[in-house]
Amino acid sequence: MELYSLTIHEIAKKIKLKEVTIREVLDSVYSRIDSLESNVNAYINLTKEYAYITADKLQKKINDGLDIGFLGGVPIAIKDNMCMKDVKTTCGSKMLENFVSPYDATVIERLESAGAIILGKTNMDEFAMGSSTENSYFKKTVNPWDITKVPGGSSGGSSAAVSCDMAFAALGSDTGGSIRQPASYCSTVGLKPTYGLVSRFGLVAFASSLDQIGPFTKDVTDMAIMLNAIVGHDDKDTTSVNLEKIDYTKYLINDAKNMTIGIPREFLSEGLNPDVKKSFDIAIDELTELGAKVIDIKLDYIKYSLATYYIIATAEASSNLGRYDGIKYGYRTDKFENLLDIYKKSRTEGFGDEVKRRIMLGTYVLSSGYYDAYYKKAQKVRTLIINDFKRVFDSCDVIALPTAPNTAFKFGSKTSNPLEMYLEDIYTVPVNIAGLPGISIPCGFDSSNMPIGLQFISSAFEEKKLLQLAYTYEQNTEFHKMKPNI
Amino acid sequence: MEDKIKEYEVVIGIEAHAELSTKTKIYCNCSTEYGADPNTHCCPICTGMPGVLPVLNEKVVEYAVKAGLATDCSIAKFSKQDRKNYFYPDLPKAYQTSQFDLPLCIGGHVDIFVNGAKKTIGITRIHIEEDAGKLIHDEFTGSTLVDMNRCAVPLIEIVSEPDMRNAAEVIEYMQTLKGVLEYLEVCDCKMQEGSLRCDVNLSVRKWGAPNFGTRTETKNLNSFKAIQKSIEFEIRRQIEELENGGIIYQETRRFDDNLGIGYAMRTKEDAHDYRYFEEPDLAPIVLSDEYVNSIKNNLPEMPNVRRARYVEQYMLSEYDATQITNSKLLANYFDKTVSLCNNPKSVTNWLMGDFSKMLNELNLEINESKIIEENLANLIKLIDTNIISSAMAKKVFIEMFETGKDAKVIVEEKGLVQLTDESAILKIVEEVVNSNDQSVSDYIAGKDKAIGFLVGQIMKASKGKANPTTVNELLLKILEAKK
Repeated sequence: MELYSLTIHEIAKKIKLKEVTIREVLDSVYSRIDSLESNVNAYINLTKEYAYITADKLQKKINDGLDIGFLGGVPIAIKDNMCMKDVKTTCGSKMLENFVSPYDATVIERLESAGAIILGKTNMDEFAMGSSTENSYFKKTVNPWDITKVPGGSSGGSSAAVSCDMAFAALGSDTGGSIRQPASYCSTVGLKPTYGLVSRFGLVAFASSLDQIGPFTKDVTDMAIMLNAIVGHDDKDTTSVNLEKIDYTKYLINDAKNMTIGIPREFLSEGLNPDVKKSFDIAIDELTELGAKVIDIKLDYIKYSLATYYIIATAEASSNLGRYDGIKYGYRTDKFENLLDIYKKSRTEGFGDEVKRRIMLGTYVLSSGYYDAYYKKAQKVRTLIINDFKRVFDSCDVIALPTAPNTAFKFGSKTSNPLEMYLEDIYTVPVNIAGLPGISIPCGFDSSNMPIGLQFISSAFEEKKLLQLAYTYEQNTEFHKMKPNI
Repeated sequence: MEDKIKEYEVVIGIEAHAELSTKTKIYCNCSTEYGADPNTHCCPICTGMPGVLPVLNEKVVEYAVKAGLATDCSIAKFSKQDRKNYFYPDLPKAYQTSQFDLPLCIGGHVDIFVNGAKKTIGITRIHIEEDAGKLIHDEFTGSTLVDMNRCAVPLIEIVSEPDMRNAAEVIEYMQTLKGVLEYLEVCDCKMQEGSLRCDVNLSVRKWGAPNFGTRTETKNLNSFKAIQKSIEFEIRRQIEELENGGIIYQETRRFDDNLGIGYAMRTKEDAHDYRYFEEPDLAPIVLSDEYVNSIKNNLPEMPNVRRARYVEQYMLSEYDATQITNSKLLANYFDKTVSLCNNPKSVTNWLMGDFSKMLNELNLEINESKIIEENLANLIKLIDTNIISSAMAKKVFIEMFETGKDAKVIVEEKGLVQLTDESAILKIVEEVVNSNDQSVSDYIAGKDKAIGFLVGQIMKASKGKANPTTVNELLLKILEAKK
């Protein structure tokens, strides 16, 4: 078995026991990347030189008998919207094509202090806006399960890389489903933590009140390990909460008997692919057999989630992306007459269509005269959705839903109709609106052998319940062991 | 035209911006120090790099609450910060973090004294926000450079009610605010460095008109002179416009201090739509009663309290008391000097007279003067004990001001001790009287003016040292005897 195909918990142990050197591990992953990258296009930049320098430092520590952390020597990929000092952070945009960050994101510091090695920066929809990674300025990442199909998005590069062993794990960001949906499409484990659990410092903002960083892993055990590395209060992010540190691996318990799973049945009819529905139903039956209690629940306002999301997210984005103006850094137009001209041309030429569409939407909903009808109303509906979830979690531990209504689709099949693309986020968006945690785990394949994801959602800061249920499901199924034939 | 002006009532409201004297900026740890090399007090946060997040400096809230309490505002238990979105090269995030609908302080007032009469000026609100950077236009290369040292320096904006009616009231209001902020030590109030500046909202209407006229806003005035001149300019402009059948547009204006004229920057039609919305990166500001009370209980004595004390305790006029107490430095100087010489009237006269005139000429604050409190107290004591005359004191004072020497030292060095010995003075008086027959006969003939000449001669003969009161007494006695 090749080293690159192992999980974090397997490879970390081998490194620690000196069965392999960190260089050997890096060689294995980079050669895997070398052989697949021209097909997959998962990465925007590789940080190879820096990775080997880090590897040698860590190896020396091991040889000196020192502890190198629980991620010691494990190569991990980072979505290219997280800042890493002296490395390009492009956000998949022409606007930031040559932007080199002067500082490290908190998650980078945390991963590195746990001993991880950063492999490179992965491809994504421009500024994390999209559900297929087709909106990247640089390249199209393919789905390793079928290279004619998208990997999902916006963290498509991260999910694709993990699914075909081009990284042991990766970080993504999830504003409306950008971790869970590509995890579902590529058959990886993807978790969007509770809003405030992981520091956003250094994550290039898309929609500040919705964005959250989370990992992609090959299995649930690795997910618990990754959470241990990145969770925790950060003085640099006042929206990050200060909770007692917990060891998530303690919740890798193969037992669903104490769990009540709520299912919002009426949310599972319209637009849901029959293959996805079938896999979902089988998964729920499996969990019932494993001892979980399954009940029907009703979420009254969840149907307004997408509308609410596309007002709040675009409003915040229109403000967050104002700083890309061609003045301080990033793309600046070649020819301009005056200041207004610099702004107009730099932004017109530097941003892609979807980004511009959302900036315009967000600018519109915040404009005087429209603010009350859109933004203010959306904030009110957001409160209703939050309360809706709170009420439901009085009667169940976890809500189960498909991660996405469909499996991965063909390139270009939804680009002409943005609304159709937005509908791919219907099951993931409510979680961000309510600030809750959600996990996607592999739960089957459709008739054309494309992966299907099962999503669990819990109340805030109950990631441990998600991990326990996901672990139980994983221990009793084989889907997570399936690898794409690429 | 001057008659026409009298037909109008002027209505003015002020938005004052005060840079808070916190050590660090509002959302990062960069220094707020003024005058550093360009772009040396910056970091990824205050320069708006991708991915950064703000962390509110708690001192900013404390300072703003102090200002609110000192101006009788209610302090909001719950307030929030909002983004004000617009594009400009001195604003790296493309939004200014400010407070929109839920400011920190609401509904206060300050009392001002104009021509001895008290007037209450309402304060609508005080909110916290961040300053922008500075653009430097390089005429040599024709390029524009950005200095981001000032980006995210904390500000409070103090918004008044439209309660002022002329430039004098505005000046008094700004003096009063300046005093309050200085006493609180929340702002250094150096107007020439822009740490205290204001926007003037001004409209005119015919006396008795039910509604306010359309107002204009003149931005960024940073000297009392500019405030005064811009108000006078704008009053005249608006009235002339109306009298000529024109209309006033709601617009933002600038005032060119050098040329003494104002001009429109932009009208309401192309005004910014700032698209305010709640800053999602910052939690709401929630203050407990304990927090607000502990600040309240530790406020220093404020100018208005001190002013009342001066009037009561030292019998100062309202005007003098106001002038002295408006500046904390001046009032502290006053207190110490009075404690050393026990003559508040004389201290007041020096501070309000020659001393402030000389300081103003050199643009110095009183703490930058070479004359320390002990020196001034000693000078006053020399006068009060008749060792030197007032006239001599003025000369001594000039030397003190220039050299920083103590009054006693100067008096000794120059042998300036006053001649108070009556017999010695009498001798000089007699000599002068005897050698100036003409003046003496003029006086006897009823020409009172002649006495001035004689006094002058006597002072000259005594090298200015004779006590003037004694000279006058003795001279009159001798002259009367000759009648």
